[in-house]
Amino acid sequence: MKTELSVSNFRGNGLLLFMGTMVAILLVVTVGGNMLFTRFSGKPVPLVSAPLAQTPAAQTTAVASPAASGPGASAKPAAVTAAFAPPAENEMPTGDYGKVIRLGQQVFMETGQYASRYVGNSLTCANCHLDAGRKADSAPLWASFIHYPAFRNKTGQVDTLASRIQGCFEYSMNGKAPPADDPIITALQTYAFWLAKGAPVGMPLAGSGYPKLKKPAQPADYARGEKVYAQNCALCHGADGLGQRAGDKQVFPPLWGPKSFNWGAGMHQLANAAGFIQANMPLGKGGTLSEQEAWDVAAFMNSHERPQDPRFTKSVAETRKKYHDTDDSLYGKTVNGHVLGSP
Amino acid sequence: MKSVAMLVVACAAVTTAMAQPAKQGPVQHPMAAQGTPPSVTVCIGCHGAKGEGMSAFPRLAGTGQAYLLAQLDAFANSDRKNPVMQPIAQSLKPAERQALALYFSQLPSPLVASDPAQPSPTDTGAWLATRGRWADQVPACAQCHGPGGSGVGGQFPPLAGLPAAYIAEQLQAWKAGSRPPGPLALMAGVAKKLSDAEISAVAAYYEKISASAQTSLPKAVPGVPGAAVTPGALNPAAPAQTKGSP
Repeated sequence: MKTELSVSNFRGNGLLLFMGTMVAILLVVTVGGNMLFTRFSGKPVPLVSAPLAQTPAAQTTAVASPAASGPGASAKPAAVTAAFAPPAENEMPTGDYGKVIRLGQQVFMETGQYASRYVGNSLTCANCHLDAGRKADSAPLWASFIHYPAFRNKTGQVDTLASRIQGCFEYSMNGKAPPADDPIITALQTYAFWLAKGAPVGMPLAGSGYPKLKKPAQPADYARGEKVYAQNCALCHGADGLGQRAGDKQVFPPLWGPKSFNWGAGMHQLANAAGFIQANMPLGKGGTLSEQEAWDVAAFMNSHERPQDPRFTKSVAETRKKYHDTDDSLYGKTVNGHVLGSP
Repeated sequence: MKSVAMLVVACAAVTTAMAQPAKQGPVQHPMAAQGTPPSVTVCIGCHGAKGEGMSAFPRLAGTGQAYLLAQLDAFANSDRKNPVMQPIAQSLKPAERQALALYFSQLPSPLVASDPAQPSPTDTGAWLATRGRWADQVPACAQCHGPGGSGVGGQFPPLAGLPAAYIAEQLQAWKAGSRPPGPLALMAGVAKKLSDAEISAVAAYYEKISASAQTSLPKAVPGVPGAAVTPGALNPAAPAQTKGSP
């Protein structure tokens, strides 16, 4: 019955559609196919880069290098706060030294491919350090380079840049630390060194790390964060937070779940996540979420399960006491009836 | 000439499609059995029998369902302007628009494109596509549309192999505010930051990428200055590893 109906519909509508299509095609032929599709303004297209469209000041929160990322960028007016500018990409040295810098950049951007032995999830360094580690307020590599060696509460010791990067592999990449003299660590440090060319060693530098937001007016809230997430984040990261892939390549990173960063990673801390999100998310629209929204959605994101903290000892409660005894971490807290960090 | 050729092709495609039911008899229509919406005939005259795109008409095959439906709906309610598509979309019932969006999203895309491993910073199109211009918060196209502009999920359509004129028109329309801003107004935001020259360059990049479409990242030539290192080369487990050799 259904089949017959659809067939007769097909025949009935088909004739009309056929005629409609033919009329449309004739129209195309008569007027000229291109004319019907609104041509873009008909202005001559300049062969060289024209001055860039002005960007509203509110959107230029990150004041990275005017020459930082490719052609045309130098046309931007100077930003209000002078921030450090890493060297332009086309100034990257060539030769044997340049090859190591480039390798570092490749490891940074395609971490799972170039350092697969040490990576245990679907993330890349560049997921959290945007613009290949160049972007201010996105924990840029140039700032990391001049900040280390430094004492860290997390490790209770002075960490070098090498040991700091080892920590990234262990926690953020949920993998294992390459040896300090591994070519991967060398390449990443060399890339960072090159990006930091001319930066004042040991001095505080605008745009370092993630912005430190003020404590939220209202305590970060899961339910409010859930709404922020649905409206601003799920489009790319998915309602399930697992990100999205194209073929075998992860395009939008998973924010939680087995292929995301583990409970020992800095991004599981609410202040880091909120700072990163407010400055940089949604991609290309950094600064549009309110600080309260950033705190709330950070709490929502970090209220989901993720791989265990590799420092886990005895129990979640014990591990929390030892490594997470702060309001900044939800590890070991109970959310929707589940103790975060428990199997 | 081009238009005449297009007419011939379109007529042939439509005629072929129309001839199907008669040949197959009235009871079991194979296209219907496979879930091909009857109204597909209205699309294939311009977009190709398999939704592969023809001339200036963009490819539909393998484009996300949510994206396609949003466009059909936008044409139908005239939010998105186009003198050909508006009347066609308006002639379709909502259920037909849904069926068409699903149908074309499920047709295989002929392209598996990839970006060059080492785009040059002076190649405006390739650089915007793969690295963006973050000093102005312009993400790389590939960060949402996937490597090689192959498309991601339901909402981020493929760009690879689309006609440059079509891509440029859309970016200009977003820039001018004449196309709906899309999800989170992401594309309107990006387009407003692009110069005309950048729009032309990035549009040309994605049109051209189809010609060199590959199935995987280009492999590097070891020892060539500036050449990429083959992924996995630094992993002791990988065969390319040379650690320990003199």
